[in-house]
Amino acid sequence: MAAERPQSRLNAEVAGAGVVGLACATELLARGVRVTIHERGPRVGAEACSWYAGGMLAPWCEGESAEEPVVRLGQQAADWWERHACSVTRNGTLVVAPSRDRSELRRFGQRTSHFEELDGEAIAGLEPDLAGRFARGLFFAEEAHLDPRTAIVALADRLVSNGAAIHVNSAVEPADLDADVVLDCRGLAASDALPDLRGVKGEMLLLRSGDISLSRPVRLLHPRIPLYIVPRADGLFMVGATMIESGERRRISARAMLELLGAAYALHPAFAEAEVVEIGTDARPAFPDNLPRLTRRGRVIHVNGLYRHGFLLSPAMARMAAEAALNPQSTPEMLHDLAA
Amino acid sequence: MASFYGFEPRNPLFLGTAQYPSPAILAEAVRRSGAEVVTVSLRRESSGGAGQAFWALIRELGVKVLPNTAGCHTVKEAVTTAQMAREVFGTDWIKLEVIGEDDTLQPDVIALVEAARILSDDGFKVFPYTTEDLVVGGRLLDAGCEVLMPWGAPIGSGRGLNNPYGLRSMRQHFPDIPLVVDAGIGLPSHAAQAMELGYDGILLNTAVAKAGDPAAMAEAFALAIRAGRMAFAAQPIEARDMAAPSTPVMGKAFLA
Repeated sequence: MAAERPQSRLNAEVAGAGVVGLACATELLARGVRVTIHERGPRVGAEACSWYAGGMLAPWCEGESAEEPVVRLGQQAADWWERHACSVTRNGTLVVAPSRDRSELRRFGQRTSHFEELDGEAIAGLEPDLAGRFARGLFFAEEAHLDPRTAIVALADRLVSNGAAIHVNSAVEPADLDADVVLDCRGLAASDALPDLRGVKGEMLLLRSGDISLSRPVRLLHPRIPLYIVPRADGLFMVGATMIESGERRRISARAMLELLGAAYALHPAFAEAEVVEIGTDARPAFPDNLPRLTRRGRVIHVNGLYRHGFLLSPAMARMAAEAALNPQSTPEMLHDLAA
Repeated sequence: MASFYGFEPRNPLFLGTAQYPSPAILAEAVRRSGAEVVTVSLRRESSGGAGQAFWALIRELGVKVLPNTAGCHTVKEAVTTAQMAREVFGTDWIKLEVIGEDDTLQPDVIALVEAARILSDDGFKVFPYTTEDLVVGGRLLDAGCEVLMPWGAPIGSGRGLNNPYGLRSMRQHFPDIPLVVDAGIGLPSHAAQAMELGYDGILLNTAVAKAGDPAAMAEAFALAIRAGRMAFAAQPIEARDMAAPSTPVMGKAFLA
């Protein structure tokens, strides 16, 4: 019996080396568990929707449409990432809207907290390249962002150097794994075990421009197509992301590119001259309430449904998953028990 | 009680399913509103197998589905989308929307009439999203429509009834045709106003989906629609310019 052994001798197998699997492995390793990670793709992150994430650690902004646990649990994220993977940039989030969509800005402010209202001058103070472009904005000073790919690779490297094993090209059935603790972090591929799970497709774009620089993620509000731009190193900008009720993971539509490029251009016309470096798509795993869930089914714990909050909620979910895995009597928040 | 192609809902709220914070909140809004019909926008990329999970959630609501052709700009696009919707949802109902202008999302009524004719001939039961233009309304009926859905205001604007006179004229001009105000509704009072004009139903989405508490707002709309319909049936008084005392003054004692 797992619980009767000393914890230092427990071993765990984790299915999936996306952001959730790696974060869970990190929390297990920190508790003295021996960890093996199985990734179906040829490298860490290869088949993970988190590879295409924006990397915004923006719990208060997300409160505009997400429920309370997302805002609360997401506040742990920035510190966790900095401690376990890589540096995060703590420059806040800027939210703007074209003057014709000013009411969207009011609505956003009514649904969120932890921001200050800015006028055009203050916006230019934060982002000199946006001077004169927006008369009103909201600034969420306590928010942060990171580069998701850097973070995933750094987290994996740290795991390996701390003694974890990562097997690539290793597609596994969690139910078949023979370990004291099994965590299923396969994202949408876990639909076979979690019938409630659905895909919400997102399409993104990477642009490179030397003509404009931004210091923080900028969200551009629009009644139908709210989008964001996240600055990364080397003049790269990630523009994301569409939200489509579909589990399709490969096809990128012309409409999506039109919307993403339109948003970038509306933010600053200089983006018209930017180089298109990459277009990408995947589907986010979500439950009907769009909240993450731990599902305990005997020895296996499914960690899933992080939806558009992979980097924001992985730290909190990983902590809870480790707690639930090592103490079968524990009932952390977001836990659903199922008969084995 | 109006009949929409033979279907007589007790609650004539047609609730849209887009833009909710989550499918769970959508389900709660449908439940609390008591809506018997929901509209669903079919994006081409969600057809086939990929959108199955979301469609399954919609079917689980246990209400009638009115697919729409939202976002279509041409006759061909709208007809193709309608045909895909018939396959995905197994219904011959279609809310026909052909957008003519991107800023106001105003319907292209010329293309609308043409698409309505093609779809009606193909056996569809068409719910056309139109303006309050009486002549266009007549053409849509000639094309085979048995329901008309004039706009209150541009889609998503929440402005209410921009042209109450036009909507009233439409009601008087088509006394026996089921009429639904579709689009532009922002507040329950707008919905009540349309029902007081004698409209047979209200179609809305944004006003509920983007409210702070969508489920509570959905119920507020259901109550307003019920109140408006009851008021119309109870035959409201006409507005007048001069005061009309409600208590007789003749024979009253003059005090001081």
